[in-house]
Amino acid sequence: MAPTTEPLIRAEKLSKRFGAFVAVDGIDFVVERGEAFGFLGPNGAGKSSTMRMIGCVSPVSAGTLRIFGLDPATDGTRIRGRLGVVPQQDSLDEELTVYENLVVYGRYFDLPRSVCRERAYELLDFVQLRDRANSRVEPLSGGMKRRLTIARSLMSEPEMLLLDEPTTGLDPQARHLVWDRLYRLKQRGVTLVLTTHYMDEAEQLCDRLVIMDNGRIVAEGSPRQLIERYITREVLELRFSEADEADAASILDLVDRAEALPDRLLLYTDDGEQTLEHVHARNVRPLSALVRRATLEDVFLRLTGRSLVE
Amino acid sequence: MTTPMPLRIFEHQLVAYRRLWRGTVVVSFAQPVLFLLAFGVGIGALIDEDVAASRRIGDVPYLAFVAPGLLASACMVTATVESTWPVMSAIKWSRQYHGMLASPLTSTDLVHGQVLWIAFRSMITAVAVGLVLIFPDDTRSVGLFGSVLAGVLTGLAFGVPITAWTASVDRENLFFGLQRFVVTPMYLFAGAMFPISQLPRPFRAIAYVTPLYHGVELSRGFALGTIDSAAFVHVAVLSAFVVVGYLWARRTYPRRLSP
Repeated sequence: MAPTTEPLIRAEKLSKRFGAFVAVDGIDFVVERGEAFGFLGPNGAGKSSTMRMIGCVSPVSAGTLRIFGLDPATDGTRIRGRLGVVPQQDSLDEELTVYENLVVYGRYFDLPRSVCRERAYELLDFVQLRDRANSRVEPLSGGMKRRLTIARSLMSEPEMLLLDEPTTGLDPQARHLVWDRLYRLKQRGVTLVLTTHYMDEAEQLCDRLVIMDNGRIVAEGSPRQLIERYITREVLELRFSEADEADAASILDLVDRAEALPDRLLLYTDDGEQTLEHVHARNVRPLSALVRRATLEDVFLRLTGRSLVE
Repeated sequence: MTTPMPLRIFEHQLVAYRRLWRGTVVVSFAQPVLFLLAFGVGIGALIDEDVAASRRIGDVPYLAFVAPGLLASACMVTATVESTWPVMSAIKWSRQYHGMLASPLTSTDLVHGQVLWIAFRSMITAVAVGLVLIFPDDTRSVGLFGSVLAGVLTGLAFGVPITAWTASVDRENLFFGLQRFVVTPMYLFAGAMFPISQLPRPFRAIAYVTPLYHGVELSRGFALGTIDSAAFVHVAVLSAFVVVGYLWARRTYPRRLSP
């Protein structure tokens, strides 16, 4: 028999229904050991429902899900013992101190008390909260609570870390600190599975990602592959005064794909400067012109639409 | 050797309780002292003075009659509090249950942890009241050990079903209703303050199916040494509330926490 290495997560036709509502609609994906895998999508796309099924706190409605080769329906406790989870909403005990939160959590995994104490201090160093070890949790800032939640998820030295919107609501400094720590964990060989709706977060952290919309996976690949596949290399952004809107319409044929936003026109092109020259050659004079690299955000908006999803 | 799952939760709760226990113990002691003064020195003296010894309730001073009833009632109150606000908080506000469920613990373990916690908190209350009852001559008895156990069972008979119910409701305002329309009426009419034989017949029937009536009777039977075979009925009724509540919680916890 050929040796097979079972991926850490394998999902086939995975679905989640709540009554008549279909949150996850038959998705397939695998996550290999050591990679950072992202679920991107607008709110309500099914990312969190998928994460909750992987975290074995939400039963699978249909399809197959294997984590570490195990079935969440029968081996939930064993799987969770090897996972670290950073949920979307913090679930810390605000009455306890920072340090106590880590120790009691380690005890849930039945780690000896001495190991809990030692690891708690190591992790407080890791997330830069050592000086707050004996503070109660309640008055801490959102960023500190997030870091504490990450430290807590690492108490059991998990093989795989599930992060549901790890930096939503954090200020830029706190976000960068969280990203840095997650990057270090990845270098240590911890598999990261995260959801986000921040494209910069996905580009920073994910080796591979899927974009979800309405419970389905609409695209899969590395950030670079997705940009190459769905969008041009560069984007030319033009702004026009209201009087010149006719001009704007006249240059759409310069590119294969353009998009009119309320305040500006986006031209997708492989060479922004050259396209801008063509625009000028037609005597069209936008108020401002900006050439930038295409980002995952452009891919995301193309695939999931520009209308606001709540 | 692995630590049983509910004990892992209990350990967490003890760490939190270390910060709160002084407050709860003061309440546990102060309340019965106040009640004993009111009933013993106040009402009890009036009643005992007016009523010939032969017509006294159960042939004992009123204080001796009411004290074991107060012990069971105090356990009811403690267990009710521990099964409402903190459970709702663990589900909705602090979301601690969700944190626990990301570990090897299951929703069944959370139910077991909660049952253990209700027993522990009822025990603290029962022991505190029992210690106060050692001081007056009228209430001192070896039977108080039995009353403490009756108190724990009473606490469980309330706390376990209420826990199950809490996990199934969304509005914490309902807790005020529970207090006003369930707990307080039982406190007053389920036999702690006066024998339910004083109640009009239909109300007597209602009192008879409340868990507090059986908790009070059991606690009193031990304290006054009048315990008889009716105790089996009391234990059976209280146990039935615990078992039904437990099975109910086993359904409401996973429904609420892992849909």
